[in-house]
Amino acid sequence: MEIKYSLQGNVLQANLRGELDEYTAEYVRLSLDTLLKDISCVSSAQLVLDFSGVSFMDSTGIGVLLGRYNKFSKKDISMFIKNPQGHVDRILKMTGIYDIMPKIG
Amino acid sequence: MEKQEFDNKFSMSLDAKHINEGFARSMVATFCVQLNASISEINDIKTAVSEAVTNSIVHGYNGNDGEILIFVGLRKNVAYIKISDKGIGIKDITKARQPFYTTKSSQERSGMGFTLMESFMDKLNVYNNSYGGVTVEMSKEIKQ
Repeated sequence: MEIKYSLQGNVLQANLRGELDEYTAEYVRLSLDTLLKDISCVSSAQLVLDFSGVSFMDSTGIGVLLGRYNKFSKKDISMFIKNPQGHVDRILKMTGIYDIMPKIG
Repeated sequence: MEKQEFDNKFSMSLDAKHINEGFARSMVATFCVQLNASISEINDIKTAVSEAVTNSIVHGYNGNDGEILIFVGLRKNVAYIKISDKGIGIKDITKARQPFYTTKSSQERSGMGFTLMESFMDKLNVYNNSYGGVTVEMSKEIKQ
């Protein structure tokens, strides 16, 4: 798993590339939590998770997203998921993640 | 499942380590490709295997050393998959299979593992082994 970031105005985009499972989950957790510290000071900050490069995800990924939502929402940071691929999109839809992190793109 | 005759089968044993999850699901999925499975069906199988293997590592062995046994049998256009561990077992399997139920919510577990297995496979059977641990049996018909 590889994560790259770009900041434009109040929107921070994180591009995830690789497989999101138990083996990579801790890296994703730590990376995104580090971001939380960096963007907490940005007014009306938004976090866009670009999932176009996520080739596989299981329920561990859902747990990671729910955990990040709990942390980011406490700082009033909205989260969005961008361009998830077919199977990943299906899992996100089935588990109701889009109710709290709308799909964009 | 053992009593059935298969057109082709394979089995493997691997250490209960997170790094092996990707290997396990890829091996099973690659073996099932010979049924002319679609990409979507292969992804269904990969996800179900990943969930079962993760359960064994996280819940069965609680991160400790252990062994996971995987068997895949193909008969006509159906893939039968059996994943076993020798861990601590599941206290209440009915509860464990409920959506969003988890015994490890503090670790950010979604509790959706069995739900995804049930959704992506045609049949799912989960039981505690008499010798300890859990076995997950599942099957999927490949629409050729």
